[in-house]
Amino acid sequence: MANTLEKKDRMKIPRQLMPEQDPLERIKNFLEVPYGFTEQQALVEASRCLECPKAPCIKGCPVEVDIPGFIRLVVEKDYAAAARKIKETNSLPAVCGRVCPQEEQCEIVCVLAKKFSPVAIGALERFVADYERNNNLVQLPPIDPPTGRSVAIVGSGPAGLTVAGDLIKLGHRVTIFEALHKPGGVLVYGIPEFRLPKSIVQAECDFLARLGVEFRNSTVIGKAETIDELFEMGYDAVFIGTGAGLPNFMGIPGENLIGIYSSNEYLTRSNLMRAFDFPNYDTPIMIGENVAVLGGGNTAMDSVRTALRLGAKNAYIVYRRSEAEMPARKEEIHHALEEGVQFHMLTNPIRFIGDGKVRAMECIRMELGEPDASGRRRPIPIEGSNFILEVDLVVVAIGNSSNPLIPKTTPGLQTNKWGNIIVDKETMQTSRKGVYAGGDIVTGGATVILAAGAGKIAARAMHKYLMEEVKK
Amino acid sequence: MPKVLDNRQIGPLIWKMLIEIPRLVIKAKAGQFVIIRVNEHGERVPMSIAGLDRQKGILTVIYQVVGKTSALMTTVPAGGELADCVGPLGAPSHIDNWGTACVIGGGIGIAPIYPIAQAYKEAGNELITIIGARSKNLLFYEDEHRAVADEFHVCTDDGSYGQKGFVSEVLKKLLDEGRKIGQIMAIGPVPMMRVVADLTKGYNVPTWVSLNPIMIDGTGMCGGCRVAVEGKTMFACVDGPDFDGHKVDFELLSKRLGAYKDMEKAAMKRFLEDPHCRLAESIKSLAVRD
Repeated sequence: MANTLEKKDRMKIPRQLMPEQDPLERIKNFLEVPYGFTEQQALVEASRCLECPKAPCIKGCPVEVDIPGFIRLVVEKDYAAAARKIKETNSLPAVCGRVCPQEEQCEIVCVLAKKFSPVAIGALERFVADYERNNNLVQLPPIDPPTGRSVAIVGSGPAGLTVAGDLIKLGHRVTIFEALHKPGGVLVYGIPEFRLPKSIVQAECDFLARLGVEFRNSTVIGKAETIDELFEMGYDAVFIGTGAGLPNFMGIPGENLIGIYSSNEYLTRSNLMRAFDFPNYDTPIMIGENVAVLGGGNTAMDSVRTALRLGAKNAYIVYRRSEAEMPARKEEIHHALEEGVQFHMLTNPIRFIGDGKVRAMECIRMELGEPDASGRRRPIPIEGSNFILEVDLVVVAIGNSSNPLIPKTTPGLQTNKWGNIIVDKETMQTSRKGVYAGGDIVTGGATVILAAGAGKIAARAMHKYLMEEVKK
Repeated sequence: MPKVLDNRQIGPLIWKMLIEIPRLVIKAKAGQFVIIRVNEHGERVPMSIAGLDRQKGILTVIYQVVGKTSALMTTVPAGGELADCVGPLGAPSHIDNWGTACVIGGGIGIAPIYPIAQAYKEAGNELITIIGARSKNLLFYEDEHRAVADEFHVCTDDGSYGQKGFVSEVLKKLLDEGRKIGQIMAIGPVPMMRVVADLTKGYNVPTWVSLNPIMIDGTGMCGGCRVAVEGKTMFACVDGPDFDGHKVDFELLSKRLGAYKDMEKAAMKRFLEDPHCRLAESIKSLAVRD
């Protein structure tokens, strides 16, 4: 059943809003905040799509999902087919439907966005992926005959999982090496349960395992085996998707006081180790009464909202620029504000105060000057504006540098001055033959979908390399 | 999952576990560590390597029951499995021929200093080994150390075995006698490493220590294991675990090690009071007392 509504009538339908847990309730639990569309809502929302012939939304998507195509299948109530349509180009729709910044990718270019609200593409993506999974409609895609080639993937985050999904379908043998004890990378250790339930990530990994991908957890490449040894072990090509795993600190006095965490540590304790459920799980996490999270990105929002759920009375975002410059998704900022997070904008910490344990933070007010290299206006300290903020827990969420474990142990692997691996953007090939890389280890901290997009490009090039240059 | 071949008590609260994990053992070098998780709800705990049987692919770890996780470790039977054992992690100890080298193991540190003693010896050093503990029943690995050392000293705080006194006092005597020692490596409780490092500073003998702060991933990702070395923040998991003892901020290390003291105590109490707790009564009473 095609969409029979006239275009002008489609425009009159308001954008459907996903029901969400009440803010006062949800800060007491770690359950997912938005409930997702009901079937009725999904149908109404899908009927808003104008099915533009040029489909600017597709261009807006880093992996070029056939958005009008899958939405048409929603209108036809064939939700599983809609999910399969997305999976033709995006292996992780249940994840991307939740954590992609659609508002600056596919939805911002939606024709409806000019005069009305854009189609809720992300919410629809989430709906069909959840429908398919919850109703056991996930079908195994056809797998090409074995090619006799094998691939080692280092890191099981969004980039690695994407490469694995694409290459296994092409008939290659695929092994994923993961340093932690659970696969998923940042999807598991970084993004909290209330934004991305871990059961969804597990389902994606289980799906890959059913396709034949071998997962080797608790294996630190660069320590256990080197990249060169992977080749000696018989792998024909290697993909490095190890992420940006070396937390930056402020470099100000008192930073090693107890109660000052990197966001990586704070979130890993809560998410991967499930410290929010201590003592049912053995890993502890410090509970702060007055918690300051430093930074303005999604990781900062994840951290501050985690702090609230763990029982903080006051949870602050301390950010040196203004709200307009915050890199976090609008939706996350909105969620944080709804939950009662207090924003200290144009504020920069200059030292931590405490004896053993942190008890306060000296800050200075900032003002915005001329644009800097990032194009954002440079924050400048206002002399004499210092003040003390009482805090008993601080989470530093100001970004990551690249982890040197692999570059250090892989001769000939070129990196830039920040330690990111240098690749050919067309193929994701590194300076080493047969070695490809993608995701945050190449770009520095970015998004799930950009990592998945890099994985797509790499998989295509690796397939070509394996078939044309690896003789069997 | 890594198989536990043996897990036995060798002292009042000291246990020795043998883990079959050939891929790790082939790669591991003296001074590195592993991270163990006992079960699906377990923490990730760093453990020093106390021995490597490269022929059989067996890793030895020696641990002291100090909290819930180490208590839980004692309940894994021979033939049982650990949830994970990942490694080798950290940088290997620097091994060289300094002429005469000295290794010092205090308390549970007697275990991880052993592979380093072997490596020092293999590198051609004249090896002086000093081991010590609070009391005789807390000593172990004496025969192993004796077999490797050219000169062996053992001491106890209470004088119940060997010389009476601290390992640092034994070392001081050697230094005062004018012994030329090119390199010292000390592993043990933080106060012991600190005393040794303070002592050797005066004699200008390079002294390295192995730090074991709280960590999660062990690959540089979390930054929980940060230590201050000459005022500079380092990550023990990737920059260490060995550092120049003359430059380490031991006070900070001590404080950070105690970050979760209250929660650890509560978890242990809850664990011991659980009617399903399978710990031997003898351990329970000791663990409670400590």
